[in-house]
Amino acid sequence: MGNYTQADHSILVRDLDIVRGGNRVLDSVSLGIRPGVVTGLLGPSGSGKTTLMRSIVGVQIVAGGEVTVLGRPAGDPELRHRIGYVTQAPSVYADLSVTENLAYFARVLGAPLARVDETIAAVGLGGQADQVVRTLSGGEESRASLAVALLGDPEILVLDEPTVGLDPVLRADLWLQFHGLAEQGKTMLVSTHVMDEAERCDELVLMREGRIVADGPPRDLLERTGAGNLEAAFLALAEGEA
Amino acid sequence: MSARATLATARRVLTQLRRDRRTVAMILVVPPALIALLDWVFGEQPERFARIGPPLVGMFPLIIMFLLTSIAMLRERTSGTLERLMSMPIAKADLLFGYGLAFALVGAVQATLTAGVAFGLLGLETAGPVWAVVLLAIGNALLGMSLGLFLSAFATSEFQAVQFMPAVIIPQLLLAGLFVPRDDMPPVLERISDFLPFTYAFDGLVRVAADDIGGRLWLDVAVVTGCIVLALVLGATTLRRRTP
Repeated sequence: MGNYTQADHSILVRDLDIVRGGNRVLDSVSLGIRPGVVTGLLGPSGSGKTTLMRSIVGVQIVAGGEVTVLGRPAGDPELRHRIGYVTQAPSVYADLSVTENLAYFARVLGAPLARVDETIAAVGLGGQADQVVRTLSGGEESRASLAVALLGDPEILVLDEPTVGLDPVLRADLWLQFHGLAEQGKTMLVSTHVMDEAERCDELVLMREGRIVADGPPRDLLERTGAGNLEAAFLALAEGEA
Repeated sequence: MSARATLATARRVLTQLRRDRRTVAMILVVPPALIALLDWVFGEQPERFARIGPPLVGMFPLIIMFLLTSIAMLRERTSGTLERLMSMPIAKADLLFGYGLAFALVGAVQATLTAGVAFGLLGLETAGPVWAVVLLAIGNALLGMSLGLFLSAFATSEFQAVQFMPAVIIPQLLLAGLFVPRDDMPPVLERISDFLPFTYAFDGLVRVAADDIGGRLWLDVAVVTGCIVLALVLGATTLRRRTP
């Protein structure tokens, strides 16, 4: 881990501490995330991935340290147009159709209504556009939630386990889209606890028990540990930490 | 604040309601049916129905909008949609006024229909103008909406939220003088009722029904308006951008 500077990082986290219910959930986390690549946040559940993402989006109460996004403190009102955030639970209205959900959020964001159909197509829900969300499958529902985050064409996308429960074909398709968005210069932060998804990331951040164990491109992590795959590399790094 | 986000929110809330046909039917049918039932129950004592009937017409939107808003807001809080909205460029006021607009509209329809049945079909009479009863009922819908929005922060499940009915609404209805006029209550209870918003909502309706348009009525209207504003301000503080 080196020194992270404003120049090439769109997200900067410095000495971030989060305390919840007396427990230190994040412990002095420092991190820089660059635009134009897909950064994967990897770690077991309970390792602090969601908390770190919430801090970046600016919805988390912070105990110490600082988070800077696009040169502004996280949570700055100016950033609300510029970040798209998808929580693990699909945050859409179950009693509205996909189109009605997106039309509402588009109006809130001030995004052109033409974006509604575009994003529905982008997440592959064209056939379910007029279906009420409650009647969708789990995977379809989380794609509807993802579509909301894409609506405003934000510069930064923070996606918390967006591919859970999706079939492999769709998962591959979504990862292609994430890379496509990164190529447009967007900052893509995607969390996962699936190792084969980690291989699809340009950069990895490994988390364990509220700390960052290692970060870097997958190839570097493999070289550094001499491990044959990322699973083994993760284990080696976690043991080195302990 | 933006008119666009406010109107979009009102429209969204109304679309959600419309999707739930059975709820819409209950909003529209239950209050007139209850008034008709009361008319029947009080068949032998028409003078007692004449006393509580007209104010009751204007109390339904207060009760129903309170319950609807507390459940709707609770869902918004637990489903993650509130957190999503709070990470978006929407002012808290847009959300509050959006809800207010939607439920005022529903309250207006409900009050008009209930008043139509009570004063038209059942021949219930008021000394004051019926339109004033409907107007106060719309104000009451807003009071119910704002109280429900604020109190939804204190419920973590729908089981808890429905119990606001016996816990918050029924005591206030009793103390407001629905069955026993406030003057005939034990002084302690009358004193307590001075501090409850339902007391003023009910008193205003009683005065309009008696055509007692004067200082006390304006005081009632002012207190109800003050309570709406206070509940909205308190409600806004429960909409947090950042949570633990």
